[in-house]
Amino acid sequence: MNRRAVLAIVRKDLRAVGRSKGVMLPLVLVPLVILGVMPAVVSWVPSLIPPEAMMGVEGFLARMPEGLRAELSGLEGAQRLLVLVLVYFFAPMYLIVPLMVASVIAADSFAGEVERRTAEALLYTPTTDGELFLGKVLAAWLPALGVGLGGFLLYGLVADLCTYRVVGRLLFPNPMWLVLLVWVAPAVAGLGLGTMVLVSSRVRTFQEAYQLGGAVVLPVLLLVVGQITGVLYFSLPVVALLGLLLWAVDAGLLWYGARTFRREALITRL
Amino acid sequence: MSTEGGGARLGSARSQHGRGLLELTDGKAVIVVEGLSRRFGDVTAVNGLSLKIQEGEVFGLLGHNGAGKTTTIRLLTGVLSPHGGEARVLGLDPTRDGPALRGRTGVLTETPALDERLTARENLSYYADLYGVPRHEVPARVEGLLEEFELADRADEPVGRYSKGMRQRLALARALLPGPELLFLDEPTTGLDPVAAREVRELIVRLSGEEGRTVVLCTHNLVEAQRLCHRVGVLEHGRLVALGTPAELVRGLDRGLRVEVELSPGDEGAVGALRGLPGVLEVVEERPGLLGVKVASPRVVPEIAAAVVGAGGRLYRLQPQEPTLEDFYLALHGGKGGR
Repeated sequence: MNRRAVLAIVRKDLRAVGRSKGVMLPLVLVPLVILGVMPAVVSWVPSLIPPEAMMGVEGFLARMPEGLRAELSGLEGAQRLLVLVLVYFFAPMYLIVPLMVASVIAADSFAGEVERRTAEALLYTPTTDGELFLGKVLAAWLPALGVGLGGFLLYGLVADLCTYRVVGRLLFPNPMWLVLLVWVAPAVAGLGLGTMVLVSSRVRTFQEAYQLGGAVVLPVLLLVVGQITGVLYFSLPVVALLGLLLWAVDAGLLWYGARTFRREALITRL
Repeated sequence: MSTEGGGARLGSARSQHGRGLLELTDGKAVIVVEGLSRRFGDVTAVNGLSLKIQEGEVFGLLGHNGAGKTTTIRLLTGVLSPHGGEARVLGLDPTRDGPALRGRTGVLTETPALDERLTARENLSYYADLYGVPRHEVPARVEGLLEEFELADRADEPVGRYSKGMRQRLALARALLPGPELLFLDEPTTGLDPVAAREVRELIVRLSGEEGRTVVLCTHNLVEAQRLCHRVGVLEHGRLVALGTPAELVRGLDRGLRVEVELSPGDEGAVGALRGLPGVLEVVEERPGLLGVKVASPRVVPEIAAAVVGAGGRLYRLQPQEPTLEDFYLALHGGKGGR
């Protein structure tokens, strides 16, 4: 394995992405809104709810799974609402960030390179198919981890700053979110990446890849809906299991992607 | 230089070599190909190609769009696998030794294929890493190429701001970056102004003549091919239909010698005299005062001057036209053979 070539591909892809406004805009805006603005707004909401309306909230909480209600026991109305939303409901929302970052960069790196026809010169270099694939995968995966970590820090900071006065303790970091950060977020980034590798092998443009690959966000949205409707909640075991499931799917996707990533197939699409 | 193919149009029995080409490698052959084929669905892009290209040779690969030139480059660099036949390039099997082979070759693609978001320097440095140019040599080599291709002043600008000619020069610089023994150049002078195009032609001559590198040149520019190439091969629907030196190919044209004769417009007496001259095969008035005269042999040329003057005509110009590679190419493809 030629590590120098792999790192060169990673560096070059990141540099190119950094200079593309069309690619950078969602990479900056989406994490900022989801992990910076939204927790601040959500933290402010309980203070707007009149005490009598809190009864409705209690009814809503009653429909939540037993384990979650146990987690929230000992907290008062506004505190409960904040913990429920910021710690549990937002957990799958957080996963959208590494998923989206990996998807956008992978679409640019795989389909974009074909669209711009820059792939042709790349395929005439002495790099092997495996090195090319690894370079492209890392170029999308590593920034997703970086943004995921940065987003986690931002989210934790905003949430703690905005809720400390009401809750009286720090909500972040906590064990479930740490598992989310180190175990699930990398896996979900791999899911976005693996999906985009598959999609990119069948389309010719960045836009096509991004639009088709965007469907990968649906399972994450199902997790959000699942929590809101009380079907499941992000307990530590559930999160650990979710990570395991995602890693298994990633392994399948990347194994298939690596098998089908052949310069012969790529060059005939140019 | 190999004369494999005999400098003539090749029939369908082209691959009757007696001994296989692969057995003929004598240490100087850089590319040896026998019966190479590649299909895409129902279309055969390269069909039974057999060829031998020697070290230091500039070999022109000619043919219409879709004739199989680019597919041939891809097969010879191991980017595509053949469906039939064999190839040895720099002594390596392109299919099995693709990475090693590509490390010793440079390819100028039909489109520059540069990342427009990166600067020229970044583009070259990136490819230096991919080609494994020793780290300590990278800055000097990149700088040297930027200077050589007159891009140094704008080396730190994104390539997206470059003109078509500048991009082409940068792509050429990239092809030379690894110091390749073998260069595949696909339309190298496209988009270049006349001065830059001449410099590229001089560069090709230098690479081949002084540095002993082998160049495979794919081009539609037949004047360029005639000027630069030691030998050319013409592909048609993936088949090699002609192979030889430009002179050999042109010599095979059954067209006589064409002479341009310029005289006073409407000088019917002189035209009549030329039509009656022994050895003149055809006289065509291309425009008033300009005749295209086809003669059987160069010995007739002085007789043309004498006939015009003898008929009282005023002769302004008499110019024998040597047949060109373009004439050969057009004749081969059923077009107009003469100008």
